[in-house]
Parts: sequence; C-alpha cells; structure tokens
Amino acid sequence: MEKQLEKDTLPKKSVLSAQINLEKFDFSDNAFEKATEEEKRQQDVMSESTTFFKDGMKKLMKNPLAVMSIVVLVFILAVIVVAPHVVPYSYSQIISVNGKRDKTAKNLKPFQYSENELKYMAEGGKVFPHIMGTDAQCRDYFIRVVYGTRVSLAVGIFASVLVLIIGLLYGSISGYLGGKVDLIMMRIVDIIYSLPDMLVIILLSVVLDETLKAAIEGTALSKLGTNMISLFIVYGLLYWVGMARLVRGQILTIKNNEYVLAAKTTGAKTGRIIKKHILPNCVSVIFISTALQVPSAIFTESYLSFLGLGVAAPMPSLGSLANAAREGLQSYPYKLWIPAVVICLIVLSFNLLGDGLRDAFDPKLKK
Amino acid sequence: MFRYIVKRVVLAIVTVFVIAAITFFTMNAIPGGPFASEKAPSAEVQRVLEERYNLDKPVYQQFFIYIRNFLHGDLGVSLKTGRSISTVIGESFPVSAKLGGMAALVATIVGLVLGSIAALKRNSIIDRVIVFLTTFATAVPSFVLATILLSVFCLTLKWVPVWSATESHYVLPVIALSLYPMAYITRLTKTSMLDALGQDYVRTANAKGVAGWKVIFKHALRNAVIPVITYVGPMLAYILTGSLVVENIFTIGGLGSKFVSSITNRDYTMIMGTTMFLSIIMVTMNLLTDIIYSIVDPRIKLD
Repeated sequence: MEKQLEKDTLPKKSVLSAQINLEKFDFSDNAFEKATEEEKRQQDVMSESTTFFKDGMKKLMKNPLAVMSIVVLVFILAVIVVAPHVVPYSYSQIISVNGKRDKTAKNLKPFQYSENELKYMAEGGKVFPHIMGTDAQCRDYFIRVVYGTRVSLAVGIFASVLVLIIGLLYGSISGYLGGKVDLIMMRIVDIIYSLPDMLVIILLSVVLDETLKAAIEGTALSKLGTNMISLFIVYGLLYWVGMARLVRGQILTIKNNEYVLAAKTTGAKTGRIIKKHILPNCVSVIFISTALQVPSAIFTESYLSFLGLGVAAPMPSLGSLANAAREGLQSYPYKLWIPAVVICLIVLSFNLLGDGLRDAFDPKLKK
Repeated sequence: MFRYIVKRVVLAIVTVFVIAAITFFTMNAIPGGPFASEKAPSAEVQRVLEERYNLDKPVYQQFFIYIRNFLHGDLGVSLKTGRSISTVIGESFPVSAKLGGMAALVATIVGLVLGSIAALKRNSIIDRVIVFLTTFATAVPSFVLATILLSVFCLTLKWVPVWSATESHYVLPVIALSLYPMAYITRLTKTSMLDALGQDYVRTANAKGVAGWKVIFKHALRNAVIPVITYVGPMLAYILTGSLVVENIFTIGGLGSKFVSSITNRDYTMIMGTTMFLSIIMVTMNLLTDIIYSIVDPRIKLD
C-alpha cells in the first residue's frame, strides 16, 4: 500500500508550500516497528463502561448514611414481614391460655407472663413470650406495633405512588402542551397549592367517615376504615400538586436544552428524544421526590391517627398506638416510646435515603 | 410590582372562596340533617328549626347565605353547645396565637443563629453536631415530641406541672412546636449563608478591611435571610396544624383543642367555622410572605 501511495498518489509539492515533503520519508515495511503488548494495553479503556444506574448505585453505596438507612429499612421490613408468621398472636386477638380468655394478661411488662400463663407453663404448656408486653385490652403489644408499622408504611408508600401517578400525568400534559392549556392547568395547581391541606384532610375525614361508611360495608376496605380511604382521596386531590409542578418544571427546562435542540436538528424522532434525553434527566428527580413523599405521608397518617381520624379501631397504626399510650403514660411510658421510635426511625431513614439518592442520581449535581 | 401584588391578592381570594365551597358542600354531603341525629323533634319543630337556619332553601341559596353571613363575620352557632362560633374563636384564639407566635419567634431566632454558626464554622465539630441534631429533629412529629416531653418533664421528672396559664408553662409546648421549623430554618440559613459568604461583595468587604462581625451581619446575613422569608408561610402552617394536637396534649384551652374536641364531638358547624377561620389566617400569611419577599429581594422575577 505504502509503496503505491508513494509512487502514484502523492500529490506534487509546490516549492513554496509548507506541506511536509512525504517523499523524504521511508514508507517501506521494515521502517515500521510493531507495538509491544504493553503499548497496546495503553489503548485499552481502563475503567469498565458504566451506566447511569450503576454509577449512581456506586455513589449511593459510598454514602454511609444512605447505606445505614437502607439497612434500617430492610430490617424493619424483614421484621414486619416475618413476625406475623412467627408470633402466634394477632393484632386484635385477646390473649387466651389453653383456649380460655386470659383476663390477667392486662398491661404486662415486656417478657412478663400472666398468672394464668405461668400456671399453664408449670403444667408443661408452651407460651410465646410477650416481647413488648401487652396492652390494656390484653393484646400482645409487639404484634400490634408490627401491624401498626405495616399499616403506616403501606399507607405512606401507597399515598406516594398515588401522588406520583397523578402528578406525573398532570405535570407532563401541562408541560408538553404549553400555551393556554398550561396556563389554566397551572392556575388550578396554584389554588390547590395554597389550600391548607391538613385542615382539608381533617374536614374530609370527618365528612367522608359518615358518607363512606355504608358504601364500603362488608368489603375488604372496611378493615382499614373510612378515614384511610379519605386520606387517600385527599392525597389524590391535594398532594399531587407539588409533584405536578416538579414534573412540569423538569419537562419545560429539559425541552429547551441545547442537547434536545441538537437531537432535533440531527433528525431524532420525538420518541427517541423522550427516551434518550427527557426521561433519563427527570426520572431521578421524580424518583427522589417520591421517596421523600413517603415520610411526609407517614407523618400525615400518624398525625391523623393520633387525632382519632386514622385507621379503624382494632387495626393499629403507629400514630394510634402512640395516642393510646397516652392514657397509661405514667405507668407504662415505654408504650409511647416504642411506636414513637419506630416512626422516627422510618421517617429519618427515608429522609436520609432520599438525600443520598439525590446526591447519587441527580444529574445536575454531578461534579 | 403592583400587578404582581394584585395577582396574589386575587389568587388568595379565590383560594378562600374554594375553601368555603369545599367546607360548605362537604358538610352538606353528610347524610342526615343537623337535627336528625338529636332526640328527633316533632315534624313541626323541625320545620320551624329548618326555617330558622334557612335549611328549607335550595343548597345553592344556602351557600350564598353562608357566604353573606361569613362576610359579616358570622360563622353560625355550634351544634353541640349552641354558642356563637365567632365568640368561641374570639375567646380561644388569643391563647393559640400567643403559643404559635412564641413558637415561630423561637424557631426563627434559634434557627438563624444555629444556621449562621454552622455556616461560619463549616466542617468543625459544632457544625457536625448542629447538622446531626437538625437531621434528627426533622424526623420527629410534633405530637410525638409533645407526648415525650410531657412524659419526661411533667410525669417522670416533675419539673413542670402539666398546664397552668402562667408564662413558664409555655416552655414545653413551644419546644414541641418550634423544633421542626427551627431545624428547617437552621438548614436553610446554613445553605444560604454559605452561598452569601462565597459572593463577591463579601470578598470585597473583607478586602476593604471591614470588621469581621460587620461583614457577617451587614453583608452576609442580610442576604442569607431572604430565602428564610419564603419558609415563613409553611412554618406557620406547620405550627398551626401542630398546635391542634400539642394544645390537646398539654390541655391548653386554645383554638386547637376546641377544634379537636369539635372533631371528636362531630360538631359540624364548629368544624366548619374553625376550618374557615384557620384557612383564612394561613392564606393571609402566605400572601403577606409572598409580598414581603418580592419587596425584600428585588432580584426575583415577578411573573
């Protein structure tokens, strides 16, 4: 090749040109030296290729607070999943010994047995210990805390998903369409945003309690109670506005970015722009915001349960457990501390995890 | 500027109207009239009662009557006690306002001080401690904190009696209400203070040889306070809703405990009146915050 190049295709060089005179160089095979293995290796990409997700996870795992909160959340999750299968009591069951209701099992201290239980054990029977004692209605407190945590977490996550769906739809429609539609939709958001949400929740809980009672009679929903349904309704009605604003803002800013313009100019189709440019840039922000919505929903739920507007009676939630503990506060303060600590742990973990996710996944924070 | 304020005011009025509509129509949706649940008066008495409270008119007319009365400051009478709701609010609100005002003041002052210290002593042990405590404080709901404070200081240590109307007993409720906003303001102040300290005008002031404290107070803090102003609205909302339960826990006879007891008693007109009153306070506060913010910071876009 080189020889041919030399003879046939080399352009003639003008005398005054600054061009390198290729005729001076030797293009024959032996003039070249083969690269050594070491030299070849220098060309290799040193770090493995990484995706956005992998990169984010690596950063997240380097954040000790985030890892700690994941551990705490996984631990809590494991306990509330496993415990009902291990502990032979249920949240509404009054403790009974040998098939008989045990009236002496009232307000037991942690790991304490009632008189009847002691008698039964002396006779050779087996009684599962009351890890956190019992409450005033002779129910095992540990299992109630477990179910309370289940309810609180489920409400928190479900409410957040609800907010995510409504907010995402509303925000993206408003952001994509723009113009007058956007203007009107955003004015509606402004009004809802300035409503005092907690007061409206209380109001609706009170009202819906009366109106929904008949509607859900006998269905699976009646176990949760009308208050929880009204909580979800209110979340669906009010809380999505923050998410809608966020989504719209994201879409508006990303839509006007240079790289989207560049993609459009090079002929990318709308679908590709959405998939490659808009989604990866806003998914993380939306996801983080949803993660941070969970503790806020748990806060709201426990607050309402504390007011007596939460889950229906036998079903516990962390808020209603804390409320019930107020009666025996002087004698059994730990009954307040247990649900209180669980609420704080969950909320704290979600907050820290959300912050960690933001640091790891928000593309705008990349150094 | 003027247009912006007009727009905010209009939005506030619309909001109040929407709240009034929600309150009115949800209350109307409750099955059974206000007299149905009582000891079933005779048909004649019921008719007279309905006429007296305009319940015989169509719903939309009732709504306009409600709005008209409301504009005259008449919120109706309590279903359970028969007292005028305006009077009840007039009696109990000052207690709540005092409690809430103190909590807001404490939260703002302590938050600003802690946030500035954290920013000035960045990455020191003091900063770490402040960050740790504020992170923890944002995870404690006010009702949990209030109950724990009550349990520890009133029942176990017996430092303070549960409640009597003297000044010193505002301490625990104020702590319970102000901890969360305080933590939030601390974080907010720290971020904006760090931002302000990195600005050119602070460097210029330092280069000119302005005294250190003067730079902090006159140049940095003044600018760092601006974002905190935006939090005033949400803070008052938090304190307001928090005070509903905190008053209940510490058995303070303010508007909050009246509201909670009206919920447990299913006293609908009372719930309605109190919701309207509290909503208006919140909307007004938000409006004032927005206007003050736009005046204080000329950089923000008024659109």
